[in-house]
Formats: sequence, structure tokens, C-alpha cells
Amino acid sequence: MKTSVILKREYLSRVKKRSFILTTLLLPILFIVFIFGTSYLATKSTREKTVVVMDESGLFNQKLTPTSSIKYEYRQEPIGQLKEKLYNDSFTALLYIPKFDINQKQQLQIFSNENLGTEVESSLNNQLNDIVRNERIKLAGIDESQYKTASQDMISFVNTVGEEQKTSSSEIASIVGTVSGVLLYFFLLLYGASVMRSVMEEKTNRIAEIIVSSVKPYQLMLGKIIGVALVGLTQVVIWIVFIILLGVVAMPFLKGGMAMDPAQAQILAQPGMTGAGEQAAVSGIINQIMSGNIQGINLVSTLGWFVFFFLGGYFLYAALFAAVGSLVNEDQQDAQQFSTIITMPIIFSFLIMSAALKDPQSGLAVFGSIFPLTSPIVMMARIPFDVPASQLILSVVCLIIGFVLTTLLAAKIYRTGILMYGKKITFKEVGKWLFQKN
Amino acid sequence: MVKEIFLSIKDLKKSFGSHKAVDGISFDIYKGNIFGLLGPNGAGKSTLLRMITGIFHQDSGEILLDGQPFDGLKHSDLIGYMPEERGLYKKMKVGEHILYLARLKGLNSEEATKRAKFWIEKLQMSSWWNKKVEDLSKGMSQKLQFVATVIHEPKLLILDEPFSGLDPVNANVIKDEIFRLAKEGTTIIFSTHRMEQVEEICDNIILVNLGKKLLDGSVYDVKQQFKEHVFSVNTQNKIENYPDFVSILEKGTHNITFQTKDDLEPNMVLSQLIAQQNPILRFQEHLPSLNEIFIKLVNTTPTARPFQTV
Repeated sequence: MKTSVILKREYLSRVKKRSFILTTLLLPILFIVFIFGTSYLATKSTREKTVVVMDESGLFNQKLTPTSSIKYEYRQEPIGQLKEKLYNDSFTALLYIPKFDINQKQQLQIFSNENLGTEVESSLNNQLNDIVRNERIKLAGIDESQYKTASQDMISFVNTVGEEQKTSSSEIASIVGTVSGVLLYFFLLLYGASVMRSVMEEKTNRIAEIIVSSVKPYQLMLGKIIGVALVGLTQVVIWIVFIILLGVVAMPFLKGGMAMDPAQAQILAQPGMTGAGEQAAVSGIINQIMSGNIQGINLVSTLGWFVFFFLGGYFLYAALFAAVGSLVNEDQQDAQQFSTIITMPIIFSFLIMSAALKDPQSGLAVFGSIFPLTSPIVMMARIPFDVPASQLILSVVCLIIGFVLTTLLAAKIYRTGILMYGKKITFKEVGKWLFQKN
Repeated sequence: MVKEIFLSIKDLKKSFGSHKAVDGISFDIYKGNIFGLLGPNGAGKSTLLRMITGIFHQDSGEILLDGQPFDGLKHSDLIGYMPEERGLYKKMKVGEHILYLARLKGLNSEEATKRAKFWIEKLQMSSWWNKKVEDLSKGMSQKLQFVATVIHEPKLLILDEPFSGLDPVNANVIKDEIFRLAKEGTTIIFSTHRMEQVEEICDNIILVNLGKKLLDGSVYDVKQQFKEHVFSVNTQNKIENYPDFVSILEKGTHNITFQTKDDLEPNMVLSQLIAQQNPILRFQEHLPSLNEIFIKLVNTTPTARPFQTV
């Protein structure tokens, strides 16, 4: 009853804040801007590079395909002169191809003022090899078009995972996984820190003593943690409504560009889609969303798991953050030092998550998705890839045990810490509090 | 009036590590009494109060509230506690804040609003209702604290330095409320360093130092216990013969201050003056102030921290 009074205050005081309204509205926009901004920058902002080809073999003349970022110029000048021009910055790189036997391995020299980057190098490498290969084929007397038909890629994958005959695309899975994992990562840090700050405020403010003369410290802690959790859920719900509205209302009108969610991102990821074809794909995707299913990934169940791992992970970490907040006196450096201990596993989870996205069944991924300190983020990233039920159950059980345990431990630290003023609190003392009765 | 014990503390102990903060303290407080808890800084007053409010749990000993063993969850609504280090949520509005603290004491929102309005009116704070707490002066937030402490009509009111930061006018307003509450049957524990306030307000006192009780009793009894049998007389005419059976501390032309060895000696001094046909204007026993008693007591016990004189 009293816990609910606390919960209500914690919830309302946050939701009514201008900063809550602002972040709720701005974060999705920032997210979109960030995703598109980076991809835009990655393609557009790269400076056009000019590679001068000095080809003595005559094999490659005018055969390299320029791209939006690389131009090729073919010159026949003495190499010394060209090198000088290169060093005077009149072009980016100089590729020198001497006469050579195409049946022998050959190392070519490329001169440049700066590192060309792996993208340019590998593209150049592939093109040169292709040209040489075609030349060899010609020499061997094979017709070029025949070779092309023969060497075309005929195999692509449609994954069928488990007994259910649902097909899933690992590309979509990895987008959904990444987005949920990153969101969880931010939520844990954001709301955990919010709980910690609020505990610190109550302590340094000395209101804590008045409150705990009316309620038990664990009631104050729980009220606060649950209140903040509801704030987080409110935010998520607002975003989901926002996305659905956007999907229903705006998506059919969006022809290019704007991707609001993984489904739309997928459209972008499919090359060569233009105009009418794209619109057809969009309405197809909308139908899929409406039926709660994108290319084999069940949105509703993913969302359900997201809420579960958000709450589980949040409760686990919020309790720890509350305990840390209660240990801090006015010294902000203490806060830094103590909270690093807690943010560490969250950051580790993030690292394991990246590994898990590459190989969802690896030992590290499986461990990370079961160990309660990392499981919320790691498991959430793995869920779109269809996790075996046994692992899922184990993860859920471990997480629940984990947050019950951390909450109990944190409550012990919290109730003593919140009334300790003045002196710096050492880890040894904290250890003692854990074993105190009552 | 039958004296009824409301709060009974029995051999209460609490240690933090090797430090004995409260080391076997016992006392009783009667219903409707204003009880002064006195002691230097670090004497264990706050720890004692925190045990009585249920914030700390004692290592051993007993707290009986109205005859029942104290239970923090059950009894917290009967207690109003205003700690020395007072804090409020800075971003909350005054009215909102009072309501919040009242609801934490178990009042429903309707009752809380009614009483909050009543108190705010009574203490002339009506215009503050929508002000943010951070905009209040120290004295104003002190009054707000007081309202929040008494709004649920506690049976036991614990005030730790309630007057610090208040101007004399507001201090009197609060003091009158304290007297009124005591008259209506509220038991009040009043913790302070300020001895003149104790003499004025408290019925009974206890002095603690280093976690132990040094003395307790009514203000009258304590003064009697520590009196040094010093009296003074003022007369209208010049004193001609000074009494020789008492030790005279001060010899004035119209007054004497003297110290006696037994209870009848003051009468003998007076008889002598009366016999001389010298009209007596004033006769008074010099009782030590609580301040003097406490400085004396605390200084004779080995103390880690010196007593703060005020």
C-alpha cells in the first residue's frame, strides 16, 4: 500500500518531466537520423578517389569499372614522372602494371600518399583478377558467354530451423537482434543510472531518513525500482504505438529512403528495388507486420521477450544501481568508481552480443545468454535466430533467480548505506552489511 | 491525573562494529509528557531515536510502545519523526510534498488533503501551496517539515532540534503547537543541545553521553539533585551584622549570597535579618542551570567529543 504511494510519486515525477517527453519524442528521431546519417555519410561523404593506371601490359586498358567513389585514369608516362605527380597530390594512387606472363603469379605495385582502405584495394584486386581470368579463358579457347552461364551462382539459402517449416532470413534476424540488443543496452544503462541518481539524491538530501521512518527501506527501494520500470515501459509503449502509426499511415506514402524499423530497413537492403516494385514490397511488408510476422520472425513473441528481458535485466541491474547509490556520499568520484563495477557487465554483454550476432550458437553466445548478468542483452539478440527452448527456459529461470538474489543483497546494502553519512564506505564494510541479520 | 507510561525503553543496546553507539539505556516516558533527550554530539542520541522510530533495529533490549513491543511496520504510523538533518524533495511543490509524506503515514488522499489545508492555513503558509520546495527559505522549509511531521496526529512526536533555523516569531509559533499537542495527549521527545529551551519546554529529561545514560528525572528533580545550597537575600536597609554560621560568598551592603550546610540554615539567616528589623525584599535559592549541570557532568566523564556550549 505504502509502496504504491512511493511508486506513484516516482512514476509521475519522471513522466511529467519535460526531459521525459523530450527524450521519448526525440530518441526515435535521433535513432533514425543516426542510422541514415551514418549510411549516408558512408556512401556520400567519401571523397572521390582517382587511381592512375600505368599499364605496360596493355591487358587492362579501359577495362576497370569506375564506381561512385573511384575513378580510373589510364596514362602512358614515365613512371618517375607519375610518381612525382602523385606526391604533388594530383591524384590518389598510382597502379603500375609491368609486362607480365598471365600464367604466372604476379605482384603489382600500387603507390599512394595515404592508405587506400580495404574496400578500394579489394575491389581493385577482384577486378584485376577477373580480367586476368577472362584473358586466360580466352586463351584456353572457351567462349566467354558460355563461361558466364557455367559459372553463375545457382545456390542461395532459405533457412529452415527446427521442426516448424518456417523460413527465416538471418539478415532480418540479425537486424531485429541488433536493434533489440542495443535498445536493451541503452535502457539498462539509462534507467539503472536514473535509479542510482535518485537514490543518491535522497541520501545527500537527507529526505531518506524521513521516508524510512514511515516505510521500510526495501519498500522505498522497490517502489522506486518498479516506478522507474513503469516509466521505461511507458516509453516503449509510446514508441511501439508511434511505429505502428507511422507504419500504417505513412509507410505507403514513403517511396524511398526512410526506414523506420527493421522491416523497412530490409527494403533498403534489397538492392535494385525501385519505384513500383518497391511499393509493392512495402505493402507486402505492411501485410506481414499486420499479421505479426516478418520473414519468419514472430514480432509479437519477439516483443514479448523484449519486455521480459527488459524487465528482468532492469530489475537485476536497478537493484545493484540502487545499492551503489546508497553507498555514495557527496563525493561524485565515489559514484563513478562504484558504478563502473556495475556498468562493466553491461558493456561486456554488449561485446558478447556482437559475437553472438555473428555466431548465435557459439559457446560464448550460449553462456552469455544464460548467465543472468549478461543474458538480457545477449539472449535478446539471439532470440530472432530461434533459440532452443531448453536454453530459453534456463535463461529465464537464471534471470529470475538472479534478480531475486541481487534485489535481496542490494536491499541489505541499501538499508544501511542510505543512512551512513560522513565517512567513506569501504568494500569491507559493505561485505559485513551483507551478512548482518535484520 | 494518573501518570501512564507511553514509551518504555529497557536496556537498549546497539553497536556498529566495535563502536557501542547505545550501551544499555533505559527510561520511561509518560503520556503527554515533553521529554528532553540531551547529550553532546556523538552521544548516541540519533541512534537512540532511530531505534525508537524503527529505522534501526536494536541489538538487544526492549522498546515498549503503549505496553506493546515496538514493531516498526505496525507502529510507524503512530510516530512522527523530524530528524535533525532534514531533507525534502526540492522539485516537489509544497502542497504535493505534504500530501506525499502524509500518505506515507497511512492517511488516504482525501484526509491528507483536508488536514494539509488545515495546517497550512493555521501556520499561515497558504500562499506556498504551489511553490516549489527549492524556492523556500530555511525557516519556511522548517515549518513545512513540522507540518509533515504532525499531520497524521502521531501519538509519539520526535523532534530533533526543531527550532534550528527559525526566527523567534516562528519558533514561538512552533513552540505553542508543541505545548498544545502535549496538552492533547501527544507524547513528545525533544532532542537538543540548547539548554534554555529544555528548561522552558521539557517536563522530564535524560542526559546521555558515550551511549550511556548519565542521569534522568524531571527538570525540577535534576536541579534539586545538583543544587549547591546557595541562597541570596536582598534587604531594604543596610545589613549591619552578617551571619557567621554560613559561608558567605558575596557580602553586599544590601545583599548577601551564602552557602549552607543544612536545610534550616537559610531560615536562621532570615530570622537574624528579621530580628534586626531589616525588611526583606527578596529571598532566592540559586539553582544551577541545566547547562551548568550538563557541562559539569559531561566533562567529568571521559568523553571523545567535548560538549558544545551554547
